[in-house]
Amino acid sequence: MDMFMEYVWAFIIGGLLCAVGQVLIDLTKLTPARILTSYVVAGVILGAIGVYEPLIELAGGGATVPLTGFGNLLAKGVREAVDENGLLGAFMGGFTSAAVGVSAAIFFGLIAALIFKPGTKINENP
Amino acid sequence: MNISNEEYGEIAKRVSPPSAMTKTIPMAFLIGGGICVLGEALLNMYAALGFSQDNSAALTSMTLIFLSALFTGLKLYDRIAQHAGAGTLVPITGFANSVVSPALDFKTEGFVLGLGAKMFTIAGPVLVYGISASIIYGIIYYIVKLF
Repeated sequence: MDMFMEYVWAFIIGGLLCAVGQVLIDLTKLTPARILTSYVVAGVILGAIGVYEPLIELAGGGATVPLTGFGNLLAKGVREAVDENGLLGAFMGGFTSAAVGVSAAIFFGLIAALIFKPGTKINENP
Repeated sequence: MNISNEEYGEIAKRVSPPSAMTKTIPMAFLIGGGICVLGEALLNMYAALGFSQDNSAALTSMTLIFLSALFTGLKLYDRIAQHAGAGTLVPITGFANSVVSPALDFKTEGFVLGLGAKMFTIAGPVLVYGISASIIYGIIYYIVKLF
């Protein structure tokens, strides 16, 4: 695919996924925690029914960077683990595929929390 | 009190009520889309360095999470989030921010029950429901495969 269009689609699809989140925040007053949780679960469902992989084909980072992409990664990991290990795989694949993201968030989070000083929260509408 | 137009604009922006959706949604779109374009650039960079597709994706997530932790520590992420709304929440950087921000803020309450526990205030529920949904899918997938 043309390199330029790849970035355009990443911008459009990624932007749209975020815009949907903003609509939910503005209209339903869903808290950020609920938005993030809903996005991951939605990603698992979209990955399970097979509509998320085509979106990644089209948008690349536009589909993998939003948290629905993380959900899709969980579904993909479980599918591969079940193919390989049977029913036990249902309890393996999720953590296997989430390992890098979760480990990175924990480790870099710990380092950042140790290095930086807590400050006054600037964000008034968390 | 002497203030410039810019300063006045800043103050007016700070005290005015939450902006209308005509402003919040385009901002979420632009900044969220921008973060995804950065992700796409990282994906292509790691692929060009010879990493497999899966490893490029993992390294991209790692890089974005690292940047988010750094920007959260520098108090820049929250400043951007004020304007971006869901644009900085929905990308994986928002997940990282939700881990780093409480860890930093509750450091004063101790390293175990402060930093260590509060780190999962938002990441906890995300994992509980995300992992559970994936297990349910795995069981359904296993059963469907039998027939």
